[in-house]
Amino acid sequence: MAGASAGFTHFTDFMGLEGLLTDEERMVREAARAFVNAEVLPIIEQHAQAQTFPAHLIRAMGGLGFFGPTLPEAYGGAGLSSVAYGLLMYELERGDSGLRSFASVQGALVMHPIFAYGSEAQKLHWLPRLAKGEVVGCFGLTEPDFGSNPGGMLTRAERLEGGKWRLNGTKMWITNGTVADVAVVWAQTPEGIRGFLVEKGTPGFRAPEMHGKWSLRASVTSELVLEDVVVDEAASLLPEAQGLKAALSCLTQARYGIAWGVLGAADACYQCALDYAQSRIQFDRPIAAFQLQQEKFAGMVSELAKGQLLALQLGRLKDAGKATPAQVSLAKMNNTHMALDIARKARTILGANGILDEYPVMRHMANLESVYTYEGTHDIHALIVGQAVTGHAAYL
Amino acid sequence: MKIVVCVKQVPDTTEVRIDPATGTLIRDGVPSIINPDDRAALETALVLKDTTGATVAVLSMGPPQAEAVLREALAMGADEAILVSDRRFGGSDTWATSLTLASALRRLQADLVLCGRQAIDGDTAQVGPQVAEHLGLPLVSYVGSLRPEGDRHLIVKRMFEDGHHVLRVQMPCLLTILKDMNTPRYMSAPGIFEAFQRPITTWTLDDLDVDPSQIGLKGSPTRVKKSYTKGTKSAGKVYEVDPREGARIIVENLREKFII
Repeated sequence: MAGASAGFTHFTDFMGLEGLLTDEERMVREAARAFVNAEVLPIIEQHAQAQTFPAHLIRAMGGLGFFGPTLPEAYGGAGLSSVAYGLLMYELERGDSGLRSFASVQGALVMHPIFAYGSEAQKLHWLPRLAKGEVVGCFGLTEPDFGSNPGGMLTRAERLEGGKWRLNGTKMWITNGTVADVAVVWAQTPEGIRGFLVEKGTPGFRAPEMHGKWSLRASVTSELVLEDVVVDEAASLLPEAQGLKAALSCLTQARYGIAWGVLGAADACYQCALDYAQSRIQFDRPIAAFQLQQEKFAGMVSELAKGQLLALQLGRLKDAGKATPAQVSLAKMNNTHMALDIARKARTILGANGILDEYPVMRHMANLESVYTYEGTHDIHALIVGQAVTGHAAYL
Repeated sequence: MKIVVCVKQVPDTTEVRIDPATGTLIRDGVPSIINPDDRAALETALVLKDTTGATVAVLSMGPPQAEAVLREALAMGADEAILVSDRRFGGSDTWATSLTLASALRRLQADLVLCGRQAIDGDTAQVGPQVAEHLGLPLVSYVGSLRPEGDRHLIVKRMFEDGHHVLRVQMPCLLTILKDMNTPRYMSAPGIFEAFQRPITTWTLDDLDVDPSQIGLKGSPTRVKKSYTKGTKSAGKVYEVDPREGARIIVENLREKFII
């Protein structure tokens, strides 16, 4: 096997996931894997250290159809299955959670709402260019004081005369905000929460970048500031997006991708630790031969295999139109938790070397701390599952 | 321009290991890939498609599972895929293979046939040139770059270890392409989706005009006498000396072995 920086040829497959995939799904994984090995792994540590997003990869990923690939071809999609999409997210996040986050936002949080709730003119105007990566989108729901409780948002939109709307408010923790050409902004209106498309450069709209992150450093995170932003209803208002439910359905799409993506980060950490433990000699033996390390590997590979099968079953349900939001929550909650745990265990196996950027482990571990909290915190997902099981909503 | 690219499915030899006990190849779990030189030939064809509007067909001879490399070629952008597959072709050496492929190529009527220089499993570099001979086509091997000149000609660079020739060749012709000529594109997600919507044409012996006595194992004049793994060489010696002393030691060693 090659070293950590060169990428590993095979994904970890203890329970025979490969045999449950179609040829098409396997090919999508191979294509994404080859891309990540050649284009992402050699450069990602430098970007994370420098806190820069590898922007040149946007067009490359768009050219390969990595954004919104489950959408119909007429809108620039690729008609892929949800499982193939999940495998794509797996490979991208094996590269870096920031890269997968970019694809999640572009596809699930921007293209999906435009596709599901936009007018035909909005779809044709935005979707093909978003798919190719010619333009970038971001999704503004979370606010400084409203995270887990988005329904309390303070951002307001008021209807003006002449088919216009005026927006005021602040959004926070917005991936891609500063580099986005279009923002999907959710705001309170007299008729409930509605979604708006706000273009970069609209007077009163700013998207300053947030600094000082120890996590997702190879990803752009921003605030969105809207001060008397006036937009045209036909171009801006998503006609079918009515109520918080519409915004939450976008999150369900993104959370599905995360349930797959974090497996990639976990796999990278697991394989790195395994490779390291085979070659690291202490007391004249590879440390992989010691019982305490083997107990860690057994636990890591068990969790990884279970997470893979969980994601696959969720994907099959989704392709059959049967996946529920609570099932997506369960998978996001479980897989993100286990990925973070695997990353931490991998770090201990690498010892002091585990903190260096020569290995991907610490970067993944720090990234996963964000993933644990974003797109619904671990705790909120537990409550969504709890509500599905007991019938009682504990977070209201 | 109609281009046909001949591709072979091969085991990824970077993944093949030797069983230390038996000395044979461990093929279990070794992925099958498009032969690297053939992949460069495919990329060459796809660049011509992008720049001149050429159509690109891929042709492979092999067992049914070779369909996988044809799907990959379609996902990269090829327009059409043909698999020549029949149990009666089994055991073909380069002679029988090139006769079979030549027969398929006669049906396809290409302006340009591109092959990889050689396959990483057999390493003979014979099939491309033999196909050209069977078809009576001009052949340029070891091609490192090419560009079209008008509708009927190509300017190609034929590589040698210590230089290159620039040749003008008239189509139809056959070129064998070097892996280093380009960086093949990735398969795209829409390309993969489309690749599985398209049919792959399969031709058997009955679809080709080829003498049955010249194909398969019995039509193959090559006989493998022995197959073995080379013994490992002894470890080299390391001298930590200045350059003058180093040169003296090298000359002395070469003299001892009667090399100089």
